[in-house]
Amino acid sequence: MATIPERDALTGKTTTGHEWDGIKELNTPLPRWWLYTFYACCLFALVWVILYPSLPYVRGITGWTAREAIGRAVEAHNQRIEPMMARIREATPAAIAADPQLRAFALAGGRVAFGTNCAGCHGAGGQGAIGGFPNLADDDWLFGGGFDAIQFTIRHGIRNGEDSRARGIAMPAFLAAGWTWAQVSDTAEHVRSLSGQPHDAAAAARGAELYAANCAVCHGAAGEGNRQMGSPRLNDQIWLYGGDKAAIMHSIAYSRAGVMPAFAGRLDPAMINMLTVYVHALGGGE
Amino acid sequence: MPDGSAPSTSSATAADEEPLYAPHRKVYPRAVKGRIRRIKWAVLIVLLGIYYLVPWLRWNRGPGVPDQAVLVDIANARIFFFWIEIWPQEIYFLTGLLILGAIGLFAATSLFGRVWCGFTCPQTVWTDLFMWVERRIEGDRNARIRRDFGPPSAERRRLRILKHTAWLAIAAATGGAWIMYFQDAPTVVRNLFTGQASLQTYFFFALFTTTTYVLAGFAREQVCTYMCPWPRFQGAMLDNDSLVVTYRAWRGEPRGKAKAEGVGDCVDCGACVHVCPTGIDIREGQQLECIGCGLCVDACDDVMRKLSRPRGLIAFETLNNLAASSAAAASLPSGPERQRAGMAARKLLHLIRPRTVMYGAAIGVVVALMLGAFLLRTTVSLAALAERAPPFVLLSDGSIRNAYTLKLIDKTREPSRFTLAIDGLPQARVLVQDVPVSDDGQPVLVSVPDGVGTFRALVTAPPSATRAANTSIRFRLLDERGQAVASADSAFLAPAR
Repeated sequence: MATIPERDALTGKTTTGHEWDGIKELNTPLPRWWLYTFYACCLFALVWVILYPSLPYVRGITGWTAREAIGRAVEAHNQRIEPMMARIREATPAAIAADPQLRAFALAGGRVAFGTNCAGCHGAGGQGAIGGFPNLADDDWLFGGGFDAIQFTIRHGIRNGEDSRARGIAMPAFLAAGWTWAQVSDTAEHVRSLSGQPHDAAAAARGAELYAANCAVCHGAAGEGNRQMGSPRLNDQIWLYGGDKAAIMHSIAYSRAGVMPAFAGRLDPAMINMLTVYVHALGGGE
Repeated sequence: MPDGSAPSTSSATAADEEPLYAPHRKVYPRAVKGRIRRIKWAVLIVLLGIYYLVPWLRWNRGPGVPDQAVLVDIANARIFFFWIEIWPQEIYFLTGLLILGAIGLFAATSLFGRVWCGFTCPQTVWTDLFMWVERRIEGDRNARIRRDFGPPSAERRRLRILKHTAWLAIAAATGGAWIMYFQDAPTVVRNLFTGQASLQTYFFFALFTTTTYVLAGFAREQVCTYMCPWPRFQGAMLDNDSLVVTYRAWRGEPRGKAKAEGVGDCVDCGACVHVCPTGIDIREGQQLECIGCGLCVDACDDVMRKLSRPRGLIAFETLNNLAASSAAAASLPSGPERQRAGMAARKLLHLIRPRTVMYGAAIGVVVALMLGAFLLRTTVSLAALAERAPPFVLLSDGSIRNAYTLKLIDKTREPSRFTLAIDGLPQARVLVQDVPVSDDGQPVLVSVPDGVGTFRALVTAPPSATRAANTSIRFRLLDERGQAVASADSAFLAPAR
């Protein structure tokens, strides 16, 4: 019907042929500059689609991808810090900590690496968590808090089964070894007495014999612990799994064995050195 | 049907005749000579002199420090003002100055009317300068009107090009001077001309050049009438005792020829209208557009002098005096008798009023506060930020340790040594990482000259020291004589027991 444009009587303009409840739309052309801008935008979009990846599974002829662009930016950044990283890679953590410039760089890099690799278990400030995640900011160390000890632990990890030099031996599960729950309870009372916590003296006295025979070899006669094996101190205020009686009984009955991955193959040696300096500076470094 | 279309046609015509915006009416102010004009020239010379010359003043602060007397050094976050050096956290001094400026403006307005608008506002000063240039090149009011409304000519084009060139030169100098307050003046001038200045420098140079050129060359009184908020609300500062530019209608009316009988002193020569930079007629009374520049006073005085009549037909006068004069002169016929009676009814300027006293008190309080803050300003200060992850660390002997980031700010140019002590936890030990320890076991902090030194302090309290989850502590910096030079408050957190 509307093949011949209809002309509006009042305005003299043509209509678009659309009609809603008797209201007709006038055909009002766009300003010329607007139309040309629209054509220019279309052309721009077309060129863009040809040059850059815009459609699924289709690469633009420039071959550009966002992933590669970021990779190049990261590479350029790594190139820029490489001289510093090389110095850090060559130096021992102790030497890095003694050099103010290297130390500042290592602390800044270590903070970032710690957030990425370590904070998941050890907490954002190295505060750890009850349940087997050691606090790295305190003065209690399972395997030692010197530069070399920290570096070794980061490199090889703990009881991870992937690194032959991983630290830590397994603690026996005494319930499985034939202990009764009464024996577990008595030993737990003795362990509480070692750190001066409230305890049942009679039970603790009975447990002392069991402790001397079974536990002292690793944890020490007075509960002083053993860093060679990673046996925790039992005579201080810090408890990896909690110091209440139930938690101690659980530890004796079923044993505990924290695990940490080895980072030697995962991280650049320079990054491990920076992490070592950072962890050492958290407050507990020896 | 013909009747039906008639109203729409007439309304369309009405809309054509009355546009929604006021059409621009170009003002051609005439040159004027007189007391007020001389004051305005003097103010203009002093203010522009300060503006253009201050960046070139030098002030020796030693090596490695800018030697510009007045400099806002954004890159290094310092404001230099002769012997004063302001750090970013002291920006409240600038705030104080702005508050002083605002209250001072209120006080001046309530005493003397729109003296800010008429004499010292940059818009007025630069417009005055641009008008002076315009007059020197294109001639006075009549010549400019004649040329503008006359036929195009080579002469007109030549003068216009000359005028705009001169305007642009002044605008560029103005924009350039503005940049000099933010960068070393000789360096920025050299860089601007050799093309070595940064893109931002060129941008701001162009921006302030353009605004000066447009606002002083073209917008002029439109800025005061339409753009500036100040004329809109300064009516609140004015009262019947404020000096305002007024026409003494009791003396001037009825207007008439100089030699006519029974007429007032106003000869309706139009001089006051012709010199007005905002193009108004002051004889119509108080108007928003009047910026209080007083040029009509000069113009009218000149005419009165030629007619051998007393000057002051237009004058800076209070509305109270105007009313008193009108009342005294109302019953008298025009002539010297009426003039004397009207002038005799005036009272002395009423400067001390509740409003001005309050403005004065407010200025006094702000000045006292600023002076106090300035005199008590320290060159060394300390800030302590408690670490929050973790809030505290339990040590093997049951002690609690908190960690703090200490920021030691030193505004001097030489490093200083301080020892650190803490109050609030007598049994606590404080240890600062990577710093030496004094003979009596206190950490020694060495400041970063003209900078901020960051240290990490570990405070350890034995289990018996505190049972509170939160203990207030204070870090104190002690100088060599054991005097506390700065302190910072913080909190020592422990597990709730």
